[in-house]
Amino acid sequence: MSSPNIYQSCRKEDKEYHIPSGCGISGIMNRQGKVFSGEAIYHSICNMTERGNGLGSGFAAYGIYPEFKDCCCFHIMYETALAQQNTEEYLKKVFNLKHSEPIPTEKVTRLKFIPLLWRYFAQVKEEVLKTHQEKLSEEDFIMKCVMDINEKVSNAFVFSSGKNMGIFKGVGNPDEIGEFYRIPEYQGYIWTAHNRFPTNTVGWWGGAHPFGILDWSVVHNGEISSYGTNRHYLENFGYHCTLFTDTEVMTYLFDLLVRRHHLDFEVVGNILAAPFWSQIERIEDEQTREFLKTLRIIYGSALVNGPFAVIVANAKYMVGLNDRIKLRPLVAASKSDFLYIASEEAAIRKICPNADKVWMPKAGEPTIGKLGH
Amino acid sequence: MRYKDTEDLKIKSTKTAKIEAKDLSYKTLNEKIREALKNGCKKIVLDNVCGQRYIGDGLRGNDVQILIKGVPGNNLAAFMDGPKIIVQENAQDGIGNTMNAGEIVVHGHAGDIAGHSMRGGRIFIKGDVGYRAGIHMKAYKNLFPVIIAGGTCGDFLGEYMAGGLLVVLGITHNCTNPTSCSPEIVGDFVGTGMHGGMILIRGRLDTRKLGREVRIAPPSDEDISILTAHLKDFCKYFHLDRERILETSFIKLYPYTHRPYGKVYAY
Repeated sequence: MSSPNIYQSCRKEDKEYHIPSGCGISGIMNRQGKVFSGEAIYHSICNMTERGNGLGSGFAAYGIYPEFKDCCCFHIMYETALAQQNTEEYLKKVFNLKHSEPIPTEKVTRLKFIPLLWRYFAQVKEEVLKTHQEKLSEEDFIMKCVMDINEKVSNAFVFSSGKNMGIFKGVGNPDEIGEFYRIPEYQGYIWTAHNRFPTNTVGWWGGAHPFGILDWSVVHNGEISSYGTNRHYLENFGYHCTLFTDTEVMTYLFDLLVRRHHLDFEVVGNILAAPFWSQIERIEDEQTREFLKTLRIIYGSALVNGPFAVIVANAKYMVGLNDRIKLRPLVAASKSDFLYIASEEAAIRKICPNADKVWMPKAGEPTIGKLGH
Repeated sequence: MRYKDTEDLKIKSTKTAKIEAKDLSYKTLNEKIREALKNGCKKIVLDNVCGQRYIGDGLRGNDVQILIKGVPGNNLAAFMDGPKIIVQENAQDGIGNTMNAGEIVVHGHAGDIAGHSMRGGRIFIKGDVGYRAGIHMKAYKNLFPVIIAGGTCGDFLGEYMAGGLLVVLGITHNCTNPTSCSPEIVGDFVGTGMHGGMILIRGRLDTRKLGREVRIAPPSDEDISILTAHLKDFCKYFHLDRERILETSFIKLYPYTHRPYGKVYAY
């Protein structure tokens, strides 16, 4: 039954590929929730082609599946036909599949080793939810399913698992991946994109950005030196890192801190990119000082060390965040209802030549776009 | 404020080249610039620049001027040796990287690591400058690099600075950052690892923001005369009043030793 594993071979070759670098990230949000074509994000990320090296690129889009907005949408990549068969069997046990189809793609001859790419619009079966209800919310249950597939089903990897959103990614330059997935044909109200230059981990389809869990997506430039600490910490909460890339921990940290611990993004900024102790000592307001100290003590293992710039999104937010000493670039701009965040100002100016405001966010201070504000 | 095209480009009689940069790759654009110079052009105007990297890199000639309309990409004027580059709008990261001589005039703000390892020439930024401005800039024999930022700067100003002059005025700070409109002129960790040169900051300074390797002093008469000379040109470019700027006193930061880590590494 299984088809030849074309895919594994490319992952191994890439392992030799270690070059110091910078990736490129970009994000656009319409704060009123009005949808717009993926063409803008496509041109924005393509304006930073030099920030990547063709070993990974991707897009996250919100609001693209209004006809299935109550269904959880799984974007799944398979390296073998057997993996697809096994995954679909698993899904059918616990979900009602409303619709499933291959993700529409265009032939791009420069892309090689293309895996099987499918999307499923699904709802958790009521009887399944009932048996889990005491322990798990619907979201926790979906998260557990994603972990199960990634971990236990060989050669199957879930790209995204949120409602009315999806992640499209692969190994290639942003123009190639954008054309391949026909990104300009979708209409969304939040778009993020990534152009990859893999440094410490391999370039493979599942390792491209954005990373997603539930409706979260993360694009990331940099590297996470605290990966080991963060990963062990997250395991306590049921998150298992399976994708060979440090960005995965960032995605799960946001899910844990925002969705499950109900913290707002300012606080999350102070946890992930905590101020130095010397800076905390200088704060005059005692309450603030004690609060920041407490955060560092409670969430010490969630501190993300190393250089990073990320754009995180979910159905309601798009947020940019830097490491605490700004070792990776990040620029933001706004124009009426639109918020833009990118690695380079030119990536914004390309699609928004006359922004109302352009600014350089400070280290560790989140730039927050909230739906309806 | 938009910069007037002809105002400061004095060499009007020489051949001018106009290059449309829209949708050009950085490689093609830079080839066109070099071709124009080869053909004897001394003034080049680049229209619709949007993120093309390496503009002006390694170019020579004190009589060459490049006017950039739009936002140039990273490493503008790296290794540049003589020309003057005028950026009408904002600039990105790494302007003047290892620059040897010449001038960069930015009418908006500039990104991180401005003047990285710069060893000669001058960078004038009207607005704010990002993190690590002047990192590892150094003076050499008759070369003396100067960076003046009219606005504020991010953390690690003058990190590992080894020579030259870094000035932050804090007068044109454009408070557009909605999350943090800090009135403070400099960020944290000023002059960390500094072991040469001089930083001048206009106005007050929280000494807790200083790196371990710097000391504070009032500037000497000689320091002020050096500053005044460079400020003259800075103010001319941006139509600012030098006398008013000098009404507020400056703080001088200097390294307490030229080998801050001499005891750290054992041989």
